[in-house]
Amino acid sequence: MTAALNVEQVTKIYGHGSAALRAVDSVSLAIQPGEFVALVGPSGSGKTTLLAMLAALLTPSEGRILIDGDDLSRMSEKERTVFRGRKIGFTFQANNLLPFLTALENVELMLRLNGGLDAEGKLRARALLERLGLGDRLNNLPSQLSGGQQQRVAIARALVHNPAVVLADEPTASLDTERAFQVVETFASLIHEQGRAGIMVTHDLRMVKYVDRVIHMVDGVIRDEVRIPQAIETLAKTSSFEAARSEAEAQQVSIPTFAARAPALVASGA
Amino acid sequence: MAFYLAIKEFWRARGRFLLFSLVIALITMLVLLVAALGTGLADANRQFIDKLDADLLVVQEDNDLVLTTSRLDRQTLNGVRRINGVEAAGLIAFSNGSVLLPAGSEAEDIDVSLVGIEPGQLGAPELLAGQPLRDRYADQVLLDERLAADLAVSIGDRITLRTVQGAEQESFELTVSGITEERAYFFAPSVYLPLYTWEKVRPQAVGGGDGQPIGNLIVVTLTDPSQTELISARVLELVDGVEVADKETLVRAQPGYTAQQTTVEAQRGFALVIGVLVVGGFFQIQTLQKLPQIGMLKAIGIANRTVALSTLAQIVIVTAVGVALGTAVTLLMALGIPPVVPLRFTPPNMLAAIAALMLIGPIGGMVSVRLAVRIEPLSAIAQGK
Ligand SMILES: Nc1ncnc2c1ncn2[C@@H]1O[C@H](COP(=O)(O)OP(=O)(O)OP(=O)(O)O)[C@@H](O)[C@H]1O
Ligand SMILES: [Mg+2]
Repeated sequence: MTAALNVEQVTKIYGHGSAALRAVDSVSLAIQPGEFVALVGPSGSGKTTLLAMLAALLTPSEGRILIDGDDLSRMSEKERTVFRGRKIGFTFQANNLLPFLTALENVELMLRLNGGLDAEGKLRARALLERLGLGDRLNNLPSQLSGGQQQRVAIARALVHNPAVVLADEPTASLDTERAFQVVETFASLIHEQGRAGIMVTHDLRMVKYVDRVIHMVDGVIRDEVRIPQAIETLAKTSSFEAARSEAEAQQVSIPTFAARAPALVASGA
Repeated sequence: MAFYLAIKEFWRARGRFLLFSLVIALITMLVLLVAALGTGLADANRQFIDKLDADLLVVQEDNDLVLTTSRLDRQTLNGVRRINGVEAAGLIAFSNGSVLLPAGSEAEDIDVSLVGIEPGQLGAPELLAGQPLRDRYADQVLLDERLAADLAVSIGDRITLRTVQGAEQESFELTVSGITEERAYFFAPSVYLPLYTWEKVRPQAVGGGDGQPIGNLIVVTLTDPSQTELISARVLELVDGVEVADKETLVRAQPGYTAQQTTVEAQRGFALVIGVLVVGGFFQIQTLQKLPQIGMLKAIGIANRTVALSTLAQIVIVTAVGVALGTAVTLLMALGIPPVVPLRFTPPNMLAAIAALMLIGPIGGMVSVRLAVRIEPLSAIAQGK
């Protein structure tokens, strides 16, 4: 089965010569449809840079990215714009919505962009917003919504047009803990139900309890990759990669077959 | 798509856009008024000469074609008439006076041009109503229709004309025999008199005048109007002390005319330039404010063409609303402006001004469209940091 998202040895270098900075350094990963991945790591570790490359907004210095089998580096700027509208959904850290469109119109925009808005699409947009708890705010402008409500509208917009890949940069940044849990949970179940490949950048390790995999970036490289549910649970509880690592080791010892199929922990030292 | 976005944004930010339409409306009014003033001033200056039935105009030599100081006598007129190819020629004389309003009237007396013509000869105006001037009736005059309307007189009424004679003011009672179309001579409406009467009533120094009628201008028609150059040369050769000109040359030679028109043209140009700068500047600032939003549009997959079209559509709508509003208000205002103000709204010059205004929006906004197209979609993400 081909992965929805394939990242092969991708590097991004900012600047030249002695000032050159490898913001993302030889990163490889593959994400399957229906898989929800958390991207975590300290500030400046290259999370947004990686996400921007996955979103076809930034060209890698080296390596290549395939979405649904299509190589982004082979497209012209124009084709990439169309591709973004069709195959990718995303929410940014801020400035998510068009201020002059209502919540519903913002979501419907993605359908208009992809060959028109029909009755079925209208229903889908509405249902998605209702699912995210915005059933009574459909016709409000973004300026009339709270930060968290805006984030949820952005999530609906990222999902409504059936994209292959859904990318979210800190979707819970402006939410209180309870709300954040609720939004990530809904987000996760939508990704699972609809079979999208989802990546969420987050600073809050407690949020990882809804994801299938946690990727830990440090200085542009992948430091840890946690896949075992028990290890993820430990990580969510303790916010400690140390604890997650030993939990994963314990699990690998007890379930060797699973571990052989999917290595729980990759400690790729920097 | 582009229109959907343009219209939605337009509607949701209608207050801001309307305010700007108002600014454009004011600029429109400025441009239209300056244009109307240009036409009005030009008309008031040249109307009389423009409407003359003439292929050639003859004035005194070595006088820079200036009408007021040109002196031509009957001998010269006869000289011109004798030239082969001249169909007809007539002498016209200009001076000024004022028409007294009926006693008890509040308004000031009306300054007029006294135009002396030879009854029945070339130079006599066409009539809208009444009888032409005749040599036998020395006290008859023709009024131009605007003057007749301002004075509220009709055919058969008597008017009082006053001119300066030496140190005195002298009044003359005259009868209106006919009405001509409007023909202002350098801003003053015209009163036509037979040349002999004109000679009597015109302002002059004490004891001036030797009884020999003198005019300022000879109008000439040709049997073959295509031979203007040939006949001009003949006139210059055979008649002493004259110069020949066509209407346009003569109008431009009158003192102040060219200077005035240049000033008005410059004002019109400046009004348009200010319009471009204001419109361009506004959309520029608006685009700058919307940078993250435009970056986001591109990031979610909206094409450059759509972004550019939407920006352009907004500019066109805002400008169209502003221009329409400005034109409407200007026309309403024009109804209330007293006729003495030389404003003339003619369809061609209004359409030209409106077309220019409709163009300056897109031209001024082009800069901001370019700006919008160049925005990196990545800026949407970068903004979040
Ligand atoms: N346009 C740029 N030019 C040069 N350097 C950049 C640019 N954008 C990011 N960087 C650098 O690349 C590195 C990674 O930045 P990135 O934004 O990907 O980090 P991040 O993991 O998203 O951080 P945060 O958690 O604070 O959002 C940082 O050191 C940053 O300074
Ligand atoms: Mg970031």
